[in-house]
Amino acid sequence: MATEVTQVLLNAQAVDAAVRKNAEETLKQFQEQNLPGFLLSLAGELASNEKPVDSRKLAGLILKNALDAKEQHRKLEFVQRWLSLDVSVKTQIKMLLLQTLSSPAAEAWSTASQVIAKVAGIELPKKMWPELIESLLSNIHQLPAHVKQATLETLGYLCEEVSSGVEQDNVNKILTSVIQGMNASEVNDVRLAATRALYNALGFAKENFNNNVERDYIMRVVFESTLSPDIKIRQASFECLVSISSMYYEKLAPYIHDIYNIAAKAVKEDEEPVALQAIEIWSSICDEEFDILEEIDGDFARDSDIQCFYFVKQALPALVPMLLETLLKQDEDQDQDDSAWNIAMAGGTCLGLVARTVGDDIVPLVMPFIEENIARSDWRQREAATYAFGSILEGPSPDKLMGIVNVALNFMLAALKTDLNSHVRDTTAWTLGRIFEFLHGSAMERAVITPENCQQIVTVLLHSMKDIPNVAEKACGALYFLTQGCEDVGPSSPLNAYFQEIVQALLTVTHREDGGESRLRTAAYETLNEVVRCSTDETFPMVLQLVPVIMMELHLTLEREKQGELQGLLCGCLQVIIQKLGAMEATKNAFMQYADQIMNLFLRVFSCRSAATVYEEAMLAIGSLVYVTGSDFAKYMPEFYKYLEMGLQNFEEYQVCAVTAGVVGDICRGLEHRILPYCDAIMTQLLKDLSSSQLHRSVKPSIFSCFGDIALAIGESFDKYLMYAMPMLQSAAELSFRSSGADDELSDYTNLLRNGILEAYSGILQGFKNSPKSHLLAPYAPHILLFLDRMKW
Amino acid sequence: MAPHELRRPFKRPAISDQQKRRDLSLIRQEKNRLDAQRHARFLASTVLSLQPPADSEIITDSNPSPEQEFELVEEGIEALELDVRQAAKLKGTEARRWFAKQLMLPEWMIDIPDRLCHDWYVLARPAGKRCFVVSSNGTTVSRLRNGTLLHRFPSSLPSGARNKGNSSSQSYCILDCIFHELDQTYYVTDMVCWAGFSLYECTAEFRFFWLNSKLVETGACDPPSVYHKHRFSLPTVYNCDQAGLHASYTQPTSYVKDGLLFYNKHAHYQTGNTPLALVWKDANCSQYVIDTDSKGQILDQQQVVLALQENGKLTTSDEPPVEFGCLDMEFIQKSGLQTGDLLKFSVSDRGLCFTDGKLEKADIQFISKSNRARAFADSFSKIMFQHMVRHSPLQIEDLFASITSSAVKDKEVTDEEMAD
Repeated sequence: MATEVTQVLLNAQAVDAAVRKNAEETLKQFQEQNLPGFLLSLAGELASNEKPVDSRKLAGLILKNALDAKEQHRKLEFVQRWLSLDVSVKTQIKMLLLQTLSSPAAEAWSTASQVIAKVAGIELPKKMWPELIESLLSNIHQLPAHVKQATLETLGYLCEEVSSGVEQDNVNKILTSVIQGMNASEVNDVRLAATRALYNALGFAKENFNNNVERDYIMRVVFESTLSPDIKIRQASFECLVSISSMYYEKLAPYIHDIYNIAAKAVKEDEEPVALQAIEIWSSICDEEFDILEEIDGDFARDSDIQCFYFVKQALPALVPMLLETLLKQDEDQDQDDSAWNIAMAGGTCLGLVARTVGDDIVPLVMPFIEENIARSDWRQREAATYAFGSILEGPSPDKLMGIVNVALNFMLAALKTDLNSHVRDTTAWTLGRIFEFLHGSAMERAVITPENCQQIVTVLLHSMKDIPNVAEKACGALYFLTQGCEDVGPSSPLNAYFQEIVQALLTVTHREDGGESRLRTAAYETLNEVVRCSTDETFPMVLQLVPVIMMELHLTLEREKQGELQGLLCGCLQVIIQKLGAMEATKNAFMQYADQIMNLFLRVFSCRSAATVYEEAMLAIGSLVYVTGSDFAKYMPEFYKYLEMGLQNFEEYQVCAVTAGVVGDICRGLEHRILPYCDAIMTQLLKDLSSSQLHRSVKPSIFSCFGDIALAIGESFDKYLMYAMPMLQSAAELSFRSSGADDELSDYTNLLRNGILEAYSGILQGFKNSPKSHLLAPYAPHILLFLDRMKW
Repeated sequence: MAPHELRRPFKRPAISDQQKRRDLSLIRQEKNRLDAQRHARFLASTVLSLQPPADSEIITDSNPSPEQEFELVEEGIEALELDVRQAAKLKGTEARRWFAKQLMLPEWMIDIPDRLCHDWYVLARPAGKRCFVVSSNGTTVSRLRNGTLLHRFPSSLPSGARNKGNSSSQSYCILDCIFHELDQTYYVTDMVCWAGFSLYECTAEFRFFWLNSKLVETGACDPPSVYHKHRFSLPTVYNCDQAGLHASYTQPTSYVKDGLLFYNKHAHYQTGNTPLALVWKDANCSQYVIDTDSKGQILDQQQVVLALQENGKLTTSDEPPVEFGCLDMEFIQKSGLQTGDLLKFSVSDRGLCFTDGKLEKADIQFISKSNRARAFADSFSKIMFQHMVRHSPLQIEDLFASITSSAVKDKEVTDEEMAD
């Protein structure tokens, strides 16, 4: 049997597809026929030093994949399957895994360490493998280097995998071994494994960071390892510092000088991977302080015991020059490469975060750099100066910036039009966008946009839309914020005069052959959407003219292949238009002439079996359409219904499911009692959704709201669903009390859930009002009242 | 161990337009859902959904049947669905039309409700102009029963004057008042909205409690000042027992009395005619018991104002309307009358015959078209009350007697229960 397994595992990696397929089939059968035997022989294969590394490694991977999966429901299934295995089988497998850690073959022990972490992830929270840490660490001092390394890596994976259930006693043991492993006397492989393990263990080290002596010790070891000659160790120790900076911000004060010095040195001298981490330390500290200051500013200041240490503000005079220096280290083609990330980009981003954190104080520190470099002949200097300017536009007060911006605006417009370097033009267009985003709008006391300069701005931006894709994309972005800022100025926006021109230019961009690069086409449609959203009475007729244009575009996509992304954009655009025109009686009536055709197009989009985003966009658009057509929508229902049902059945792409549930609500309000013939099927599907373990939890509140919508529409005819819907609501209500308050995310969810439940109850109660069947609700009243009562505070 | 992602968003706006579309859709759906539920809730706040057992008995035969009531309510909603803040911006005819529909109009007391002393409040009604007072966006506006503007002035009500920081548009108030000319004071007889909080769906008991605790706090009852042009005042509200009725009927007040107002404690604020608020008068507590002409002379014959319907029928302002007669088409054409016109008639002596509270026969004579300022025809209960005043008035003694007998009855019930 054992040799057979080896061969099958090797065959499963064969070049010959037929051989491979055959082997995979054999493995599958084995697993299905005898799972414990299958897992045991995989563990045996992995542990055996006589076997080839390739079969050992694959055995380990299959074992790992039998314990974990990406999809939540499969993961739970695997966990249950493991837990239900015979204890002796599990014990044997675990023993073999631990044994593999001492194997000289790195592929084998490395795989084993990951499998151990998976098992630990299942068992430790249930206190089922209490001896694990002990058996890993009992004699770690005496182990040969490679076993020490394997053990430390295992600890690292384990800490990454296990979120709770490690007792403080074991945490102490782990930290002690890890810190010892980081010691300069160890070989590099061991030090690296230890440093990486520390990174993952930091989350467990709360107690230890509260203890001054232990904290000092950990920090000293981390600082020391930032000086290691091995770049990987330096990088890993900076990663630890990044993590410590945000996780233990309130403990940083004694170390902040050392942190600054070490980071500054790395930014200046070290290799890029390390320098990037060094900058990230300060970005993380900015994030922390910004959140703290925001919270202090907010309503809850009095209750909170959080404190801001103003590390960024204190470091400002040295920090800002250091970051400005990095701006000059651009890569030639970074703007065309979406995956690029270099020290100039990281430094500029950090500068922006610093500005957001300290506000006005940054301006005098950056202005000299801008003035010095903005007009130089070297493009790097012009770009760096522009980037620095764009970075500090969020944070400082408009008062502080307005004077500078008014002077800079003309310069920027000229540079966007005439600078020979595309990199400079890209950053200039982005900076203009930032000006419009943060310093333009009805809330500003002084206007950046005036009737005098408006024409010039529009002309330059539209001109730039013909530039190379990345620059054109930034120009679209700038126009987006320019439009947004004009939204509240009243019926006669200064942009009205250019409306036609702007729309035309954006449509032209969408037709560019290189529109797929730098997400240019997407940006053009997004800007078009914003232009529509901000349109006023004066420009409504032109928005109406846009309807057949976009419909034609959508029609054309149906004739061609692979148009998913474009279809999504067009459905999104139509949705925005419908929502805008539908909001007012006059425009709504004018729009109605297109309703049949548009619905027909949407139905054809659905029939293409398009990607989830397209489905979602089309569904959202239909929601807006129902709102406009009202009860007339009934005529589309026979054909549309199947797509509605498909949407409600889409567990995997849960956004589609949630959006569809919302549209069911729209249809209920549009059709009222005329939705009745569809209700059996819809309710069945919604109830199925709720009882499925596969459905993402975020959809559930929308489904409950949907119950309310249906009940409100069909009134007492909801009676036959009560016996199904009410218990669901009750158990969800229970759940919302069991899980409340654990963390922000969960309490947000709890609120959404309760809101959904309340909307359901409200709709049902109102639906039964004045009905002779209202007594049917009486049995549920105690629970509803209890729910309301428990929610009081 | 997974590599730790370092990249941060670079030169990209933080929000995606797709997310924005999703969010805006959700906002629209949420708003539509609230509208739909609010609509349903207004359906719920009708007289029909109030079912304290005793109340059903006071609903007289002139009251609409359930189906018809439903229609009436739906009509009422149209007006209500317009937010008060939007309504405050309405001008001219539209504003008049809107506000004319918003007041709760007490019926005239033509028989005595059971459980008067248990379920009702009584207060001495101030003489003056019935009006709505709305404070919002830093100003206060009062409008008469027909919707026309009475005053626009600063007041100490929430959002009632520009001097206060809290002039948020959310924070509007609507008070049901009587403006008393003599001391230029608004006497508040009901509270409909307070600081943006709607009291439409609250019982009278709660509304009066709220009124008493909130109004004084704001300084609205203080003497007039620059930012507070008119004083507001609260008439004393009594439980309608022996002592309460006695006090409201006989106690001197700072204002000239014009009858007594009765409120059912459990009733919501309902726009239009309602039998759950009642008005009653006699010569002791009102100068205006019997209708007078414009010179203040009591008319020889009772006059009524009725609305002309399409088919020539003449009806009251009740929902559903009560029919008092019919004009023939020839006469209508000859006189140039149109559907919807309000017409004045005189009632000959003993011209109205009732059987079991239902109108049997009406002997009425056309006089003329009614004054243009009128918004409604007379209600059935008003015509009935005026008729009774002239022939067999409901007297204060009757009211006292009903309270006493009810108290005796209660005592008997208790005694019986105890005997069990």
